[in-house]
Amino acid sequence: MNSQEIVKLTAHKAKKCLEQGDISSKDLTTSVLGRIKQVEDRLKAFITVTEKESIANAMDADQRIDGKQIGSLLGIPMQIKDNICTKGIVTTCASRMLSDFVPPYDATVVERIRRAGAVLVGKGNMDEFAMGSSTENSSFYSTKNPWGLEKVPGGSSGGPAAAVAAGECVVALGSDTGGSIRQPSALCGVVGLKPTYGLVSRYGLVAFASSLDQIGPITKDVHDSALVLGVIAGHDPKDSTSIKYDVPDYTASLKTDLRGMRIGWPKEYFVDGIEPGVESAVREAMEVLQDLGAQIEEISLPSTKHALAVYYIIAPSEASANLARYDGVKYGYVSEDATGMWDALEKTRREGFGAEVRRRIMLGTYALSAGYYDAYYLKAQKVRTLITDEFKEAFKRFDVLVAPTSPTVAFNLGEKLSDPLKMYLNDVLTIPANIAGIPAISVPGGNVDGLPVGLQFLAPHMGEELLFHVAYAYENATSWHKMYPEL
Amino acid sequence: MRLKLQDVRDVAALARLKMTGSELELMREQLSDILTNFDALSSVNTNDIEPTGHSADVDSVMRDDESKESLRLEEVLENVPSKHGNFVRVRSVLGDQ
Repeated sequence: MNSQEIVKLTAHKAKKCLEQGDISSKDLTTSVLGRIKQVEDRLKAFITVTEKESIANAMDADQRIDGKQIGSLLGIPMQIKDNICTKGIVTTCASRMLSDFVPPYDATVVERIRRAGAVLVGKGNMDEFAMGSSTENSSFYSTKNPWGLEKVPGGSSGGPAAAVAAGECVVALGSDTGGSIRQPSALCGVVGLKPTYGLVSRYGLVAFASSLDQIGPITKDVHDSALVLGVIAGHDPKDSTSIKYDVPDYTASLKTDLRGMRIGWPKEYFVDGIEPGVESAVREAMEVLQDLGAQIEEISLPSTKHALAVYYIIAPSEASANLARYDGVKYGYVSEDATGMWDALEKTRREGFGAEVRRRIMLGTYALSAGYYDAYYLKAQKVRTLITDEFKEAFKRFDVLVAPTSPTVAFNLGEKLSDPLKMYLNDVLTIPANIAGIPAISVPGGNVDGLPVGLQFLAPHMGEELLFHVAYAYENATSWHKMYPEL
Repeated sequence: MRLKLQDVRDVAALARLKMTGSELELMREQLSDILTNFDALSSVNTNDIEPTGHSADVDSVMRDDESKESLRLEEVLENVPSKHGNFVRVRSVLGDQ
């Protein structure tokens, strides 16, 4: 398969080719590894490429295909974000703290994609501990955007989004705490889904903010997103927040007609700081939805303006507790140059964590400390209730909501790195879904000066089928997802 | 909300992060900026509003009290930086060695 074909190849199409015997998984995987060799020097979307294992995986998959076995992702090359544990394969979280950590177990999602026959080609670059919106906080190197190598790919799942867009894998898994799947998917012109909190097991996902983190697919189209979610979703006794739920066949929701669907557009998502090109792309998309039969109306979600503050209090607070485990004793980096336990602990954490991670630990420790707990953490949790309740009310009137994913298209590397608050503002339109625990998807919805625009749909709890329905109908009526970066 | 340098020093001690003087100063500036931006939160009326810890509607989960297979000891200890037999070696808590 040549590189042009690899860039365009979706999992559902590859599956057909594999089942019909047009191509073997070994050939497909070899082509993907070739594509990685061709572009990875420029993109830096991987932390680890598992070349040997992937060929062995692919040959296993070929045997299973020959034996007429089925598997939803049988033989499909996949990349996994490097904060998801893979047994025997180094899992770094893009941190010096875990640069040598080799997990003795697979995350539940990894077990599931292996069972479904996927071929793991490597681990994706990311912002350290998933804290960031540009992948520039990786302790190793920044990932570049395939649409413009001087641009960021977004973050924190910048590696997976760039890898999917550039054809370095067919599908990928990311994680989303405040937009870390959807925002890079928007900036790289691919499809990213953050599932309902509790739908996908977090067991084996390195914890950042446990009440917000969710794993989800990053893919080239909506069909692939439905396919991958069907594999990773479902109850897991190893995650106490995992919901008991009969996972439907999500591909049955891929319908092209939107007659009768009620779509709200929250006006608070169209204000300050949104680029004119992004706004006009989203308004055009709303016309497309209307032409497909949807009823579109404005709605107000007034607490949206507080979502950023709520998030940047709650997420760092949870992070400061979760990251307390990195003490250089049980696993991970340890400072050699220390005397005694306390000195070793402080130096290990100082040397092992990068600047943004230290900043968030500080912010969270402050918000949780005596005297400030009520004013910050408890207050944020109460406003979290208000934001959640507004969504609940909105979904009494509407099936889904539509909004931009990110207020801007991809920005320049280095542009926002020195100003944390400016960087945080990238997440302003994706954070509310995490706060409320609702699902949301970003699909390609326009292009401004050669850079992709992301269109976001939000649905009520367990509303993934609605998301796939509306996103597929939109995708089917447009051709943004058929634009590819030239590399 | 402008933080005092001593506040930042105290928080760094709580978080067990060693920082130099200039790092503390930069942290003071950046955290102050961030917190100032979040001041608007205090004006939101949250009387009679319950806090949300997390969004999933699940209660405490208990499993049956039965033994299950787990990782082997060698696997558990594989990533330990410093070992003594099957023990994790730690630095001395009292004294400086």
